[in-house]
Amino acid sequence: MGLFRRRRIGAKPRELVSQTTLDNAFDRRTFVIGAGMGGIGTILAARMAYIGIAENERWVLESESNRVNLSLIPPRRGWILDRNGAPLASNRADFRVDVIPDRISDKGATITELAKILDLSSNNVADITKRIDEARGFQPIEVATGLDYDQFAAISVRLPDLPGVVPQRGFSRFYPTGPSVGHLIGYVGPASAEEYEERPDPILITPGYKIGKDALESQFEDELQGEPGARRVEVTASGRIVRDLETREDKQGAPVRLTIDGPLQDYAARRIGLESGSCVVMDCESGDILCMSSMPSFDPNSFSAGIGRVEYSMLRDDERVPLRNKVLSGLYPPGSTVKPMHCMAFLDAGIKPEETIICGGGRRIGNRFFNCWSNHGQVDMAKAIYQSCDSYFYHFAQQIGFEKVAEWAHKMGLGEEFDLPVTSQFYGTVPEPSWKQRKYDQAWQPYDTVNASIGQGYYLVNPLQLAVMTSRLATGYKVVPHLRMDDPRTEFEHFDFSADEIDYVRKAMSDVVNGPGTAGRARLPIEGVQMAGKTGTAQVVSLSISNGKTGPWKYRDHGLFVFFAPFDKPKYAGAVVIEHGGGSGSAYPIARDVMTFLLDPVKGMEALRPLEEQWGGNAQQRLDAKYRAYAAAAGEVVQPVPQRTEQIFDQVEAEARLAQRQSEAMAAEAVSSRNEGSRPPSSSASTSAPTSPPSARAPAATQGGTSE
Amino acid sequence: MNGIVPAPVARQPWMMLFPLFGLIAFGALVLTSAAAGNFDAYAKSHLVRFAIFFAMAIVISRFNKPTVQMLTYPGYLVILLLLMAVEIVGQVGGGSQRWLEVGPIRIQPSELMKPAAVIALANYYGGLPVGMVPTWRALVPAGAIILAPIAFVLLQPDLGTSLAIAFGGFVVLFLAGLPLRWFIMAGVAGIALAPVAFFIGLQPYQQKRVLTFLDPENDPLGDGYQITQSKIAIGSGGMFGKGFNEGSQSHLNYLPEPHTDFVFATMAEEWGFVGGMFILFCFGTILWWGIRVARRANDRFSKLLAAGMTATIFFYIAINLLMVMGFAPVVGIPLPFISHGGSSMMTNMICIGILMMVHRWNRKAPRTGLIGS
Repeated sequence: MGLFRRRRIGAKPRELVSQTTLDNAFDRRTFVIGAGMGGIGTILAARMAYIGIAENERWVLESESNRVNLSLIPPRRGWILDRNGAPLASNRADFRVDVIPDRISDKGATITELAKILDLSSNNVADITKRIDEARGFQPIEVATGLDYDQFAAISVRLPDLPGVVPQRGFSRFYPTGPSVGHLIGYVGPASAEEYEERPDPILITPGYKIGKDALESQFEDELQGEPGARRVEVTASGRIVRDLETREDKQGAPVRLTIDGPLQDYAARRIGLESGSCVVMDCESGDILCMSSMPSFDPNSFSAGIGRVEYSMLRDDERVPLRNKVLSGLYPPGSTVKPMHCMAFLDAGIKPEETIICGGGRRIGNRFFNCWSNHGQVDMAKAIYQSCDSYFYHFAQQIGFEKVAEWAHKMGLGEEFDLPVTSQFYGTVPEPSWKQRKYDQAWQPYDTVNASIGQGYYLVNPLQLAVMTSRLATGYKVVPHLRMDDPRTEFEHFDFSADEIDYVRKAMSDVVNGPGTAGRARLPIEGVQMAGKTGTAQVVSLSISNGKTGPWKYRDHGLFVFFAPFDKPKYAGAVVIEHGGGSGSAYPIARDVMTFLLDPVKGMEALRPLEEQWGGNAQQRLDAKYRAYAAAAGEVVQPVPQRTEQIFDQVEAEARLAQRQSEAMAAEAVSSRNEGSRPPSSSASTSAPTSPPSARAPAATQGGTSE
Repeated sequence: MNGIVPAPVARQPWMMLFPLFGLIAFGALVLTSAAAGNFDAYAKSHLVRFAIFFAMAIVISRFNKPTVQMLTYPGYLVILLLLMAVEIVGQVGGGSQRWLEVGPIRIQPSELMKPAAVIALANYYGGLPVGMVPTWRALVPAGAIILAPIAFVLLQPDLGTSLAIAFGGFVVLFLAGLPLRWFIMAGVAGIALAPVAFFIGLQPYQQKRVLTFLDPENDPLGDGYQITQSKIAIGSGGMFGKGFNEGSQSHLNYLPEPHTDFVFATMAEEWGFVGGMFILFCFGTILWWGIRVARRANDRFSKLLAAGMTATIFFYIAINLLMVMGFAPVVGIPLPFISHGGSSMMTNMICIGILMMVHRWNRKAPRTGLIGS
């Protein structure tokens, strides 16, 4: 209705509509339309002026940031050199591929495509997928390094279909001797998300940039790092590089020169062979650490992309804990190796070397009789050392009190931490009455003195401490270990011993090897150089569980040997510890060969070659073979790696601490002393030829009887 | 157009032709740069097409008014049928389609419909008795003339062309002298219905475009990307631009469609504000000439026809420029005479040809002030 009425109303002006009114309306309305067009034109002109002139700076900046892509060039890491300037860690030019999760459009397809081109295993793919899932999106994830040119080219060609994939020419860390330096040098890896959050430096999320993750690589991070270079390139919207605009070269990190003797380090690692153990050699004049090998080990070359699940699983499952640096984190009862050092304490307390006791197969201390491992008859200090007579030490330790002995143990380096650039150092235990009171709230018992006097009980040391102790013992100076060539050196403090006293102990230790002692087979096959040493056998479990020689591996005794050479003018000193080697017979052949190699590399290699043939290759080859076998056996069902690599090593360290408790538990009882040496004390003549063919582990038969 | 022969040459609408040639030449230059300095890629075909369609425009301009009036409705109906045919072929072939293929020629009826709807409407109101103009009854056929093609074009779906037809129709209706309050009412109703149209009438991708237009920074890597890159190109050009063939936005593929929809951004990056003013000036002159042709026309048909053609060209220009400067949603409408593309060139040159035709009619029968037709 309303509509109708409106039309009626509209009917009135209809009368007025004529050609003229329409023409006028047209003219008016074209003017309106024209004005509207002009208005929009003005708006457009103003808008353009605003964007192009007023806001010009902002848009120029945006256009530049579109056009120019600043990419950082990861700096080449500084080399780690041995004492002669040979590289222990260097850089190798290679092709690599990373992915940046944020920029990937289709994750599954991208990974499948990469796996096809690079021929990745399913475990590898699972690792990469997991890393991509866990990473922050901006973090580059390494897919592969060391590609050959064809693979690199194949990926580069497919780049338009693979957004987020970054193939690069770069440098990767290379450790020429692989597992031999794994524990010593550590390895490198990409920065974690936490590290980036702490220091949000764009270089940390640049593909190919690695930081030190363990040991020396992380200790010397600041020096090794270097300065990143930068490359400004013009890129298209799809990321294709059109041209280079400007490049600033990276500045390589400074080299770090170690006191380590590279070939010796490698030799020692290889010589340890199938055993689980460590070997430390020091220059006892300067304190330089020449070698600190710990085996079995991992290959730091294969860790740089992050630790693969197969490899991790293999290393975890190994009861010989390849991830633990046994030189610093392995703690062992020192056994008889501390006896010469205890003699120094006796000398200092006024005991004359000529003073003798009667060993009747043991000795009564307090109201209890403690066994010696043999019946030595009349024993003076020299015989106590070279025959390793326990009774002598029971007696005199009891006589001077163990506080006094412990004081000397500390002076000699046991229970001490050294100022070394290492990530973790276990300092162990030198027991004494006040310590026991503090720790266990128990009084010191005579049997504690008995145990400790022969390096058992609560006593725990690491192999580096043993080497330092031996250096100090051999020289009479408070030798301080060094790991860097350019460490500031200070004069060593001299212990207050007369030259006669030092010579006496040296001679006795020489007799261990070259005389009527316990390690005749350790004699050096080199004319004119005689090595002195001291054997040690550390009991791991009580005799009721195992006799220490045979049976399950983890119940066997540790074999230890400390040594220096030449015995009359010590230049080198060191220690070898073989975990569960079944006695010192497993340790001193290694020490002998390592010293032989140090003095005459050709002879050393001659000794090693037949052994390696027997073992199935050198350390690297065996590790590779083991990995292949493990990967084949494990198949598809491998557990993933903990998310952070730090976690892995925290875990390893925690387990090392746990291991040390084991011996503490046993210390509550009197330890039965262990046989020392390769032959029974009765056959004191030097019957064994110095060049007798060494075997991986001295079988029980050559070690004489068990403790009696 | 060549030579300096006075008589026929002086008769030509040079006020429009000079800016037109300027735009075409400038367009060729910009298109050369959009192809990274390659003249053959876009610029050559641009010039060739212009030559062909300009010849067509000359032919159109020779038509006489009675002929045009006679052909208007049949032509309109044929094109409407073609639009239906497109819809049917599209349904049969599956998926949406906007063109018909007849041998080597590809006809896009929706493009032809833009001028055709305007001519038909102008013819309708030109022939309508004066007294009938403000009546509702007279509006029904007019509405049918506009809405029928819009319906088919929307089915394709092609929002840009529908809007172009609607705008041309609106201008003709407005100038035909329909009561102003109708337009006000329509405007109010339009605003009220806009949300409904948005949610029911638009395709999801179109809705997204509108939303992106309202808030481009919301999605800088997705739909807002085009607008942002266009603004970067225009903004970084500054006053005088980066220089011919130096535009990084277009050459490095940051700018989408640097030779069609976003050709203005390509131009502005290299020629700056000055180049933009040149283009606006040329368009302004052409449009002004178009309006003048309309005002000087002798009869209602000619007036409405010329004004409607001018409005159609204007619609292209305005929507495209508003879009590249971030004032309108991204609608696939090219910039007349500069963008690379045959169909828009054809439509615009038909408009130019019809304007030249009306111009010629004006010259032949100068305005007398007496009743025309």
